[in-house]
Amino acid sequence: MDKAWKALTGLGHETAETVEIGPYRIVERFDVALASLAVRRGQDKGFQAAAKKLGVPLPGAARHEAGKVFSAFWTTPEMWLVEADFATHEDIVSALKPGFAETASITEQTDAWVRFDVSGAGLVALFERLTNLDLATLPDGFASRTVIEHLGVYLIRHSATLVTLYGPRSSAQGLLHALEVTVKSVL
Amino acid sequence: MSQSNRISGGQIDRSKTFRFTFDGHTYTGHPGDTLASALLANGVRLMGRSFKYHRPRGPISAGSEEPNALVHLRSGARQEPNTRATVAELFDGLEATSQNAWPSLKLDAMAINDRLNSFFTAGFYYKTFMWPAAFWEKVYEPIIRRAAGLGALSKEEDPDEYDKGFLHCDLLVIGAGPAGLMAALTAGRAGARVVLADEDFRMGGRLNAETHEVGGQAGADWAAGVVAELAAMSNVRLMTRTTIVGAFDHGIYSAVERVSDHLAVPMAGKPRQTLWRIYSKRAILAGGATERPIAFENNDRPGIMLAGALRAYANRWGVAAGDRVAVFTNNDDGLRTAKDLQAKGVDVAAVIDSREGGDLLPGIRHLQGTQVIDSSGGLGLKSVTVRLANGKTETISCTALGVSGGWNPNVNITSHHRSRPEWREDIAAFVPGTGGPAGLTAAGAANGALSTHGALLTGQAQAIAALTDLGLTAKAANLPKAEDAPIAISPLWYVHEGKGRAWIDQQNDVTVKDVKLAHKENFTSVEHLKRYTTLGMATDQGKTGNVLGIAVMAELTGQSIPATGTTIYRPPYTPVAMGTLAGRSRGKEFKPFRLTPSHKWAAEQGAIFVEVGNWLRTQWVPKPGETTWRESVDREVLATRRLVGICDVTTLGKIDIQGTDAGAFLDKVYANTFSTLAVGKCRYGLMLREDGMVFDDGTTARMGEHEFVMTTTTANAVTVFRHLEYCRQCLWPDMDVQIISTTEAWAQFSVAGPNARKLLQKIVDQDISDAAFPYMGAGNITVQGLRGRLFRISFSGELAYEIAVPTRYGDAMIRKLMEAGAEFDAIVYGTEALGVMRIEKGHVAGGELNGQSTALNMGLGKMVSKKKDSIGMVLSQREGMNQPDGYRLVGVKPVDPKATISAGSHFMEIGAPVELASDGGWLTSKVYSPHLGSDIALGYLKAGDQKIGRRMRAVNFLTKTDTEVEIVSPHFFDPEGERLRG
Amino acid sequence: MIINHPILGPRDAQEFVYLGDANLINRPDGMTAGIEVFHDYLYNRDNPAGEHRELWYHEQGDRSWLVVTRNTVTHEILKVEMARDVAKAQGRSK
Repeated sequence: MDKAWKALTGLGHETAETVEIGPYRIVERFDVALASLAVRRGQDKGFQAAAKKLGVPLPGAARHEAGKVFSAFWTTPEMWLVEADFATHEDIVSALKPGFAETASITEQTDAWVRFDVSGAGLVALFERLTNLDLATLPDGFASRTVIEHLGVYLIRHSATLVTLYGPRSSAQGLLHALEVTVKSVL
Repeated sequence: MSQSNRISGGQIDRSKTFRFTFDGHTYTGHPGDTLASALLANGVRLMGRSFKYHRPRGPISAGSEEPNALVHLRSGARQEPNTRATVAELFDGLEATSQNAWPSLKLDAMAINDRLNSFFTAGFYYKTFMWPAAFWEKVYEPIIRRAAGLGALSKEEDPDEYDKGFLHCDLLVIGAGPAGLMAALTAGRAGARVVLADEDFRMGGRLNAETHEVGGQAGADWAAGVVAELAAMSNVRLMTRTTIVGAFDHGIYSAVERVSDHLAVPMAGKPRQTLWRIYSKRAILAGGATERPIAFENNDRPGIMLAGALRAYANRWGVAAGDRVAVFTNNDDGLRTAKDLQAKGVDVAAVIDSREGGDLLPGIRHLQGTQVIDSSGGLGLKSVTVRLANGKTETISCTALGVSGGWNPNVNITSHHRSRPEWREDIAAFVPGTGGPAGLTAAGAANGALSTHGALLTGQAQAIAALTDLGLTAKAANLPKAEDAPIAISPLWYVHEGKGRAWIDQQNDVTVKDVKLAHKENFTSVEHLKRYTTLGMATDQGKTGNVLGIAVMAELTGQSIPATGTTIYRPPYTPVAMGTLAGRSRGKEFKPFRLTPSHKWAAEQGAIFVEVGNWLRTQWVPKPGETTWRESVDREVLATRRLVGICDVTTLGKIDIQGTDAGAFLDKVYANTFSTLAVGKCRYGLMLREDGMVFDDGTTARMGEHEFVMTTTTANAVTVFRHLEYCRQCLWPDMDVQIISTTEAWAQFSVAGPNARKLLQKIVDQDISDAAFPYMGAGNITVQGLRGRLFRISFSGELAYEIAVPTRYGDAMIRKLMEAGAEFDAIVYGTEALGVMRIEKGHVAGGELNGQSTALNMGLGKMVSKKKDSIGMVLSQREGMNQPDGYRLVGVKPVDPKATISAGSHFMEIGAPVELASDGGWLTSKVYSPHLGSDIALGYLKAGDQKIGRRMRAVNFLTKTDTEVEIVSPHFFDPEGERLRG
Repeated sequence: MIINHPILGPRDAQEFVYLGDANLINRPDGMTAGIEVFHDYLYNRDNPAGEHRELWYHEQGDRSWLVVTRNTVTHEILKVEMARDVAKAQGRSK
């Protein structure tokens, strides 16, 4: 690929942003490739085998599972979003398609989303002002779509101090703004 | 100024002094005071003027039920009207002003209304203003609005922020009096997740206002001890200054937390208030009870208040509301007020007890079998007139009178789902009825357990019951010893002597006389009573007056009180500021904008943006020297048609559809056929609703045997996706189809115009000649090595392509396109030029896709295939939708090219009268066409296909235009489509 | 309201989009059924004060269509099923 292709992040800059306010840290992640992976009707067996061979985890409903090269979270029955390192897997569809062949429908989703990793102590106090999910009682590895700032956002709880958000890329600035003002309100 | 009425004791911090102003006068108070307690401490009883008669008023309560003491709090943009002085927490520098009085609170010109009271009785709106509507609107209403009313808005933008949030708990306890504290303690100790919310800034409820002992210590101290224990529990969340305002389905409650109202200005970044949505598994209402007055002649003077309030001011705030007080009661609870005040050293003039017999209060002049029949005092109480047991009257001088007519349990929230409260004769009050919100029970005074012991007992019992329901075990602890006195009430609702100017609802100036009038005019149902007299309306929602009004009506009709019934309580429990409901969703932050991939570049070019849904799209890009938008748009259209133009079309919905049944699936959802589409080609698709109306349209490409990319309109991207999921899951569940939105994943640009191919060939790595990439071709390509997609489709009618690259490269893409296009004088066009070109081509869009038009109406009737089953196919064949004289899409242009026409105009025959019967259809979209040099429009005209070439009129009442037009084909420009195939 | 999603558990009804009578699942075959049958299917619906089976879409969740049996008077939700399962059980396939 021509080196002249300069990429812009969801926030519209050449490099990803990090915002630190008090104990909270919001990191824009620009280094993750994403693809949706859906099992074709009646292809379960081949699909599972291909996933195993490629090392693509297939977590259960509302779960995220980290793998070596590929990680994934459940989005809807029979569909996952697969994560991989962007530097090595920019064309993530081409990386998955040969393995899954006709057992899966695979669609590039990398730039459909803006990703923010939100970390720090006191995430419950922050997120209780942003989403109706009960972050305090959710298990680590929980992943679900929810509404934040009117936007459909995937929320993944990695631990009590680290949450990943995938929001619509076109509203990256609005989502970050919501995070920032809410952080200030709970400080 | 000295706090002349400040007495000993109370839960205020006397080591600190706050200065505040009311109507410009400076006073002092202490932390722990409310505005009302501080004003009373300073000897100020007059705090407002009444709604209708402008009568002088002071507080009658010490809580959120207050109907009278409503003030403007703060000034400037932060001025808030109708703030209850009785709950406004005092802070240093607080500014308050009276409302509804002119020129001043003490000398209110509108008090003339009080003299004209016979004119302003109940129903006067209905009776007086059966006048011509214009007269009402222009003359009377403004006068009434000025004369009668509450506070005024600042009319400035609210400078504060408001948060929203979500809480989850096993048990929500509403109210932190003895019942609520006991419930929370029981559940908290059992390990349940508890939210305890109280509207007050200090938990304890009536324990803070009484002298009762609990467990051998002062009630307030016991409460403080429990609060401390609860605060140490990680499973309990204590929320003071938080009012539960509504009960919703399935355990959801809304709460308003006044985060910063006790501060002059919120701390930086902090909200003024937070609206919480609380998800509870169980809830206990422990909201206490509200005392009610007894109505008697002139019972509304400043200084006359509820007996419990008089007691609260003395016990909690160390304030004697007057230097000489009397009590008027029909129950034992009122006697406490006399005892407490006497114990505080206040001169108690007499207790006027409507009951006969029983023990006399020692050391107090206790007059049994007596009633207060009138009062005197211009701007504040000076004396009361008492009808003695022997029939004589006596005037007793006093500056404060405590009135106790019994206590009404605060059942409101239990009625939010239409459950009607039930009458309990022994306490002469309504208690929660059956059928309240599921999972909600009531404890303590809210459930009619009016003693402290009763509150503790029921609080604990309801908590245990709620937890047991949830499978949790809670232990019953030994209850602390507390008073358990019965209320011993002998109901007396109103004193029958006098003219009936005895106030029931002080906020709305509803008197006994008004209820009698309503009765006389047969408005006897409580719902009619409310609307006829306004009883129970406005900010206090009749918390002190409702039951009294019902009881008076019951007496008049001879029905029992329970048979008379109550009106329904609805959320909110206390008033909620609009800003709190809006939260952060206001102004520019109403919803997040969606930005296109070329937004940054477009902003650099000075593009004008337009909101399209949540998207900001380029509307046009002005060039230096252009002074009107039309100049820019005309230029963009002409340059595109002559050379080449580029437009960001990312906002169009894009849906990836894969699976072995993808083609068959598209045949179901589109009216036309897609399963036969060749790989590498695209086709225009028309989507119907099941009722046969057009739902959406767009181009769908076959990228592989089992892989399609669907395009939707920008407006319907979400609804089409929802519809596809519905078809996939509910109608054809075994089809092998997987779908996902890719709208945001790809930055897509339309490149249109005679030079489009030449421009693109410079950067696309593959051959895109007409032979290699013909009209309606589609495929994966690379753009200088980057993966991309190319579609040869045209909305403008020019030789055109849509080219897509991953969104992160969208900014680089627009720069590359402009760079590659420089030699062709490429320009960027916005949505206005796009609209001009699509109308010149007769393509339908928003104005035509109006939800009530068929394919036939749009001239696309032949697209609906009857060889296959598709959504809407059958019902599109209904007779009424296939009339030969039905609406057809036509083109319209003015006969005089200089004349203007407007969308929304209606077609009429020349010479026909301008009336509904002449209506032949309407103009859906209109633009100025720089090619034709005139306005052009599309429209739906009855039998339009048979009227091409005819002259008609376009009549518009709104723009007051009536223009002669020619009906033409909707294809104004290049009707044969030679350009786009070029 | 809270809808107890068969896969995700209790979720706020605000996340859902309401469509209406679950009888919409029983769509007639357009190649054999005529206008009358489709007319009945689309427009003639029961509007009970009481139990009602209706379609809800978890738009801000997992995109599942659900069949929710709800008492329209009390809002009590008696049953929640995946619409796809209901459709298949009612004999729908391709």
